[in-house]
Amino acid sequence: MSAPCYELHDVRKAYGGKTVLAVDHLVVHQGETLAIVGPNGAGKTTLLRVLNFLEQADQGRIWFEGSLVPYPAPLHLRRRITTVFQRTVLLHRSVRDNVAYGLGLRGEHDERRVDQVLRHVGIEHLASMPAQQLSGGEAQRLALARALALRPDVLLLDEPTANLDPPNVAAIEAIIGDLPLQDGITIVLVTHNLFQARRLADRVAMLLGGRLVEVAETARFFAGPEDPRAAAFVRGEMIY
Amino acid sequence: MSLGVPLSWLSEGVANHELWAIVLRTLQVSGTALAVSALIGIPLGTALALTRFGARRWIVALVYTGMGFPPVVVGLSVYLLLSRQGPLGGLEWLFTPSAMVIAQVVIALPLVAGLTMGAVESVDPDVRLLLRALGASPVQEALGLVAEARQGVVASLVAGFGGIISEVGAAMLVGGNVEGSTRVLSTAIVLETRQGAFGMALALGGVLLALTFLVNLMLMRLQGTPWWSKG
Repeated sequence: MSAPCYELHDVRKAYGGKTVLAVDHLVVHQGETLAIVGPNGAGKTTLLRVLNFLEQADQGRIWFEGSLVPYPAPLHLRRRITTVFQRTVLLHRSVRDNVAYGLGLRGEHDERRVDQVLRHVGIEHLASMPAQQLSGGEAQRLALARALALRPDVLLLDEPTANLDPPNVAAIEAIIGDLPLQDGITIVLVTHNLFQARRLADRVAMLLGGRLVEVAETARFFAGPEDPRAAAFVRGEMIY
Repeated sequence: MSLGVPLSWLSEGVANHELWAIVLRTLQVSGTALAVSALIGIPLGTALALTRFGARRWIVALVYTGMGFPPVVVGLSVYLLLSRQGPLGGLEWLFTPSAMVIAQVVIALPLVAGLTMGAVESVDPDVRLLLRALGASPVQEALGLVAEARQGVVASLVAGFGGIISEVGAAMLVGGNVEGSTRVLSTAIVLETRQGAFGMALALGGVLLALTFLVNLMLMRLQGTPWWSKG
């Protein structure tokens, strides 16, 4: 197993007095794809926001590549991580300008890189279109392209194929599946779709009520989770 | 009176040096006031939209009150400030274009700040999260949000400009409508009307409308993707 990318100890987050995240310990290894599964309200999105240092945990400590991270996290660290959100948010500008935006924030104006990622996700023919005119599948590809243009060390994906049709799901999964091999990117993938977790992840972690109830290698997770709630979830039973 | 009369006056006015001087002065005074209002009002409105602090409520209430200031009261206040016995009397700015700029800033600034605040607050909150996730610094985040709110921000400039270029009470009080020095289109219209030269007043009104239309057209160009926010 490679060196830890993230290490979380006793991380807690509450909204309005209700604890939504209570992770005692979690390690995400460099270059792995870790899928986070669990029902709605399990704390998956909150965990991603904490990992992107977009939100401050109420308590606990987070190490990134062995260094304890303060809050607010330094900009140079935040710029090594990015998120593709569940609800696609596109800026009111062209497809190309959306992709180039994050590079521009870093003072980089790399047109070749923009063209490359647009080709990679298959929307180069839409480059000059206003982003707001894209279909759901195209918009999700654009959101992925915008993240990939930054060459992040860590890519956080929040339900990247929710509400997409099978061809778009297949296309986006193919792109995500290649990333760790091509670029050594660490991926944390939040998904409702257990089949997707099985197809893409090296390890799977299950969140329930903000707590990690099972973290295991993918094959083991699906063969026989130790936690009875995770086992029930894998069997497709209703879990609350 | 037929329409041909003001039109003939207008055509005579094209060759009239004083008319062009008034148009230029109007643009200089109101343009400077709008620029100052934008430089202060857009950052102020953005800061009020994005931050929460104790005195914010009071500042917002003050800005909203300022949006409804009667120009003549603004003119009177600036007059008293700049008059010989006033706290800023030493500057000797009364009845100069500088005094008119100050009065017009007081009128336009709350409009620009208040409408900018509303425009930035109405941007989808997820855009702010997205900008951070893309690696925006706090300043870049604010600029990105202003860029997303640009339709509303430009509308604030249009409202501010409309409020000052056509305003007459403050301009008359602090400028004095001095020929060759502080006479602008709105005060010239009042003068011509008082003298019974209704045709000339109408012609100047037409010039004022055309000028406002042209400036608004230019401001609307800013509603496209701004150069400072391109990727």
